[in-house]
Amino acid sequence: MASQEVKLLSLWVSPFGHRVEWALKLKGVEYEYIEEDIFNKSHLLLELNPVHKKVPVLIHHGKVILESLLILEYLDEKWKEFPLLPQDPYEKAIVRFWANFGEAKLLRPGWPALRSQGDEKEKALKLWIEDLEKIEGELKGKKFFGGETIGYLDLAMGWISYMLPVWEEVGCSTILDPKKFPSITAWTEKFLSHPVIKENLPPRDKMVVWFEKRIKEPFSAQ
Amino acid sequence: MANEVVLLDALASMFGMRARVALAEKGIEYEYREEDLMNKGELLLKMNPVHKKIPVLIHNGKPVCESLIIVQYIDEVWKDKAPLLPSDPYQRAQARFWADYVDKKVYDAGRRIWTTKGGEELEAAKKDFIESLKVLEGVLGNEPYFGGKTFGFVDIAFVTFSTWFLAYETCGNFSIEVECPKLIEWVKRCMEKESVSKSLPDPHKICDFVATWRKKHGVGVGRLSAYMSTVTLDRFECVCFWGLLSF
Repeated sequence: MASQEVKLLSLWVSPFGHRVEWALKLKGVEYEYIEEDIFNKSHLLLELNPVHKKVPVLIHHGKVILESLLILEYLDEKWKEFPLLPQDPYEKAIVRFWANFGEAKLLRPGWPALRSQGDEKEKALKLWIEDLEKIEGELKGKKFFGGETIGYLDLAMGWISYMLPVWEEVGCSTILDPKKFPSITAWTEKFLSHPVIKENLPPRDKMVVWFEKRIKEPFSAQ
Repeated sequence: MANEVVLLDALASMFGMRARVALAEKGIEYEYREEDLMNKGELLLKMNPVHKKIPVLIHNGKPVCESLIIVQYIDEVWKDKAPLLPSDPYQRAQARFWADYVDKKVYDAGRRIWTTKGGEELEAAKKDFIESLKVLEGVLGNEPYFGGKTFGFVDIAFVTFSTWFLAYETCGNFSIEVECPKLIEWVKRCMEKESVSKSLPDPHKICDFVATWRKKHGVGVGRLSAYMSTVTLDRFECVCFWGLLSF
């Protein structure tokens, strides 16, 4: 069966997993989804990703592809429908640069910054917002990061649209002020109204419960 | 169209070396500009305003930043010669994964080795470093290169760290050859290629750099001081001399 050619091992709340699911759906690729409990990692995960022991893991015809941004590139090279990355090498280098930037400076430190307290939080958020301003600058004048349609960089930054607001609520901080971030605000609205994205988001209330639980526990980078 | 290529770089940077090797593999003529990282030039700040870091490849006036992105860019633009990444999408994903692994694991642990004062922190860094090298040695297997029969993307990503091996070994008091003999064989094999040997500085120069940094930051120079005045020693002599030293 076609759907068994492609399997995705992921966690329902993982933004890394969501971007892979969006890519699969945009390209019309059928796949089997396997839910992973990251607090009780399965033998399957440890076997498929012994190096990092993380989700998402894509399995295609038995071959394992790891790291969500690399999975997006793999999907783009295997399935030509709905191209995600630009063809031009320079444009490609630019989107890869900003995807890496988003990962290292915003996504990974985002939750740790918002769940921290006092001076530590203030300091972390100040730097974080400065980095978010760079994304605001990159988006200026564009409908999507990918231009007229969503692309690789929109999927890479997609977590800003639906996960950051949850972190803001649970962490009791407002970051995405529409006056300060008009381009990101406009992009969020358009991104979330895309039919594939809209239909493939984790339930907000379930996310709030999840992060409220995490904020009570000592931090560990899962 | 004229192909104007400029590389903003710093001699000791294993990231900058990756760009140098890739350009040499493709036979691309370029202008090398050494950056003073303590006093960054206007061009660097203009071409990489986000990170203000080298390497930056400037191709016909347009900047490309981040070493692995630069290497892929070089491979995609100058695609008719010496392919660096495999053509198969799965093999490409594997190559990108292992290059990313070098950045995430080897660089971090290596940096901790040469910047910490010692004690538990140093031992932990050494453990992580050796572990990551052993994983990579496993990935190499019995092939001549990470790229299989030919030198490729992961080879470029990792071989540049070999200039730093002597500094890591000296700071950490261990031998990479003892821990990972196959990797050292692989390094020697890569160094037989002109694109690699001409792009990588003498490991003693790296030791100089590290010793200077450690002195400046009050971390202690110790064994490294031996390398500042013995630049003509070959590797075997270094190991003997090092064995005689003590803090």
